[in-house]
Amino acid sequence: MIFEYIIFYLFSGILLLSSTMVVVVRNPVFAALFLVLSFFTAAILWVTMQAEFLGIVLVLVYVGAVMVLFLFVIMMLNLELSKLKQFYHRYMPIGLLVAVTMAVELIIVLTPEKLSQLQQSQVSHPAEYNNTAELGRQLYTDYMYPFEIAAVILLVAIIAAIVLTMRRRPGTKHQDPGKQVLVQAKDRVKVVSIDVERRD
Amino acid sequence: MIGLQEYLIVGALLFSIGVAGIFLNRKNVIIILMCIELMLLAVNTNFIAFSQALNDSAGQIFVFFILTVAAAEAAIGLAILIVLFRNLKTVDVSEIDALKG
Amino acid sequence: MKGLYLTIALSPLLGAIIAGFFGKTQIIGRKGSHIVTIAGVALSCVLSLYVLYGFMMGNIESQSMDLYTWLLSGQYEFKIGFLVDPLTAVMMSVVTFVSLMVHVYTIGYMHDDPGYQRFFSYIALFTFSMLMLVMSNNFLQLFFGWEAVGLVSYLLIGFWFTRETAVFANMKAFLINRVGDFGFLLGIAAILYYCGSLDYGVVFSKIVDVYNAQTTIEIIPGMEWYVVNTIGILLFIGAMGKSAQIPLHVWLPDSMEGPTPISALIHAATMVTAGIFMVSRMSPIYELAPAALGFILIVGALTAFLMGLIGIVQTDIKRVVAYSTLSQLGYMTVALGVSAYNVAIFHLMTHAFFKALLFLAAGSVIIAMHHEQDMRKMGGLKKYMPITYITSLVGSLALIGIPPFSGFFSKDSIIDAVHHSSSSFAGVAYILVVAGVFITAFYSFRMFFLVFHGEERMDEHTKSHLHETPKVVTLPLILLAIPSAVIGILVIEPMLFGDYFTGPYLKALLVDATSPIHALGELIHEHGVMGMIVTSFSHPPVWLAISGVVAAWYLYLKNPALTGKLREKFSAAHFVLEKKFWFDELYIDGFAKGGRKIGAILWKVGDIKLIDGLMVNGSAKAVGWFSLIVRHIQTGYLFHYAFSMIIGLVLLITLFVIL
Repeated sequence: MIFEYIIFYLFSGILLLSSTMVVVVRNPVFAALFLVLSFFTAAILWVTMQAEFLGIVLVLVYVGAVMVLFLFVIMMLNLELSKLKQFYHRYMPIGLLVAVTMAVELIIVLTPEKLSQLQQSQVSHPAEYNNTAELGRQLYTDYMYPFEIAAVILLVAIIAAIVLTMRRRPGTKHQDPGKQVLVQAKDRVKVVSIDVERRD
Repeated sequence: MIGLQEYLIVGALLFSIGVAGIFLNRKNVIIILMCIELMLLAVNTNFIAFSQALNDSAGQIFVFFILTVAAAEAAIGLAILIVLFRNLKTVDVSEIDALKG
Repeated sequence: MKGLYLTIALSPLLGAIIAGFFGKTQIIGRKGSHIVTIAGVALSCVLSLYVLYGFMMGNIESQSMDLYTWLLSGQYEFKIGFLVDPLTAVMMSVVTFVSLMVHVYTIGYMHDDPGYQRFFSYIALFTFSMLMLVMSNNFLQLFFGWEAVGLVSYLLIGFWFTRETAVFANMKAFLINRVGDFGFLLGIAAILYYCGSLDYGVVFSKIVDVYNAQTTIEIIPGMEWYVVNTIGILLFIGAMGKSAQIPLHVWLPDSMEGPTPISALIHAATMVTAGIFMVSRMSPIYELAPAALGFILIVGALTAFLMGLIGIVQTDIKRVVAYSTLSQLGYMTVALGVSAYNVAIFHLMTHAFFKALLFLAAGSVIIAMHHEQDMRKMGGLKKYMPITYITSLVGSLALIGIPPFSGFFSKDSIIDAVHHSSSSFAGVAYILVVAGVFITAFYSFRMFFLVFHGEERMDEHTKSHLHETPKVVTLPLILLAIPSAVIGILVIEPMLFGDYFTGPYLKALLVDATSPIHALGELIHEHGVMGMIVTSFSHPPVWLAISGVVAAWYLYLKNPALTGKLREKFSAAHFVLEKKFWFDELYIDGFAKGGRKIGAILWKVGDIKLIDGLMVNGSAKAVGWFSLIVRHIQTGYLFHYAFSMIIGLVLLITLFVIL
């Protein structure tokens, strides 16, 4: 039991610490890397909650794809950091006030009386229980249509991202197959008759 | 076993940190996007916590869809960011007020 | 009988349609137009006279028939039908006869007017409308005829529509008649409401129940009126418009802008008597409405007296006759007011003949004078126009009531009826109508002397062309002069004191012991018509009439200089009469301009400022101002939107936590 507590408090601490660092560091690259750390620790917490599949997905999708995309964009944009952090402290008080208020309010609702109203039936699954198979079974049966819609949303996101970022620079040379097909022989060769000049 | 309450407290703190981040990094869109990811992470954590507490895998299904949508959102958000930067040479949102009333 | 009555009503309409729609074609043409309309009206006239004769001989029964159900609305049935009884027969005969005379006369009067066919179409249409009005057996058809004659009157007053004054006059006539018609319509609505039907027979029986139940109506809060009285007064307001009673009389003098035949037909002989006819027709209602009768009496007496006074100062020959018409309509109304309906109808009939005659004679003079209407530029026409002169003399004598001309019998009967009436207003009315006799005689013969006697004041050019008018003009004059002279002596006994007016709805028209002319009836029964003539010389009216003639003779022939002196001496009174008691000013400057002013205020303040300014543009502006303020919230900065979202979220959570 004590081991579980150790794991929980350790990784919770790392999670909160690293996410705080995401918020406060000046360099976006560092922020992104701290975010990666947050995702890793969060994935561990999820695994302790017997959500193994989602923990792995978080690491694979977020750390492997989304965060790489973030880093890629940050580096591509080559931001002027000094300018962005210029008014760093101006909104600090109100930000802290709002955040603290929200945290306090979110925590004080979690009274044991309220939580006990839930019909808690926490079970520890046996070792051979397959979380992935269970989720898969549900996704392909009960949540078939939402799953399909999620697929369409991803497709739309792919197309949208490509369409948004694609551009043609003026002056670049490229082929136009339509014009290539339409071309005719007389357009290719131009016969010019030049008067013969005598060299005196 | 760690109880539901502990996980929810972690989620609440994580969410509040995300909120604070939006206030602190109000000019930098990239950090704001990251803060949104943090807040989503907090929400997902809560979902999974409830899923475990109630022994109902619907919560995990929700997280699955949220991850899907969040990934799409991040992709499009970053695409918009790139277009924005390409056109305005900045990602400083304090310089972007074309929709001022 | 149905076919006969339909023929009477529809043959003028057929003529009107042919002349109106096809009059300009080669086939019909000018001649065809007058032939077809005159044929229609003549057929109608002959058949009407046949019906009248039938009633006099007792061959024809009073009959109410429904021809066609025009509309069914819930429990109400609106039908078209005829009610033909002795009263209707008299009206039909008068209308068609005068109309026929006017048709013939028009051939001469209008012979070079470009609107010749149109004119014939209109007057034939008028005859149809008037027949529909008098032959109706229900209020709806009555109202149809009522409005249709109003329409034709409008069209004909403005017949020369290029004249500014004519357009003004027809608009004036139309608007003032609308005032009356509104009252009339309200009256009909009240009848429909309380009696549940518009059929005369049903209404006349139901109204007795309404009267017995002493039903009251509260139009002005706190004032309960008997329904029967209210209906009577409302219907009479319609009659006031159509029959030009004070204060709705102002359109009639102006209507003289129309061609003279029209003045004769519509604005003297027939249409203006529609109100008189209507009240007589409704006598079963009016007999139950003493207050309405009192009102009628006062209005009639005032009209008879005041309009005669105005006639004294008019210089336009047609206007003098117009004011005399107003005055005579007042006499008829007085007769109605003392419940002597048959006397009113009798005077209506005699008046139709002699007033049409006077108008047509005036028209004849106008033709001869090349459309000069100012009497001050006439004089001495006697020797140039002998037929017109004699017929005018007959008409004038009839008008002022010199025995044995027709006007004497009808007017003397009215005065006698007022004298013996038990109405509480009869004393005042008696003084007014007797004074009116003198005035009538004075202005009639003032006109007569100015036109036909004395020095010749016209210019040389006109004088050289003076001659008697053609036969188509003089023939109607002669044909009208005959009844003007003799109709009274012939029909007074059967019509007033006999049993001619027998019919289901004509009880009030029969003279019984309670009738105000009961005494006169006994006199005639004992001594015959001559007895009435002899007796009349012991009463003031005849002497007043004669003295009026003598006064006119003295002032305008014997000693014209005195006229000017008198005018100067009584300049204030003369001014009042010149201004016609300021009725026109009251309406035009008071109501019309006041209405326009109120309209302008409502337009400028109510419409432009309040509705357009405050409500329409104001709300738009308010939105604009509001937006101007709140747009500052819209900074365009992404983080401000994010902040507001987050703060809103916090507030929601706080709300949730606190609750």
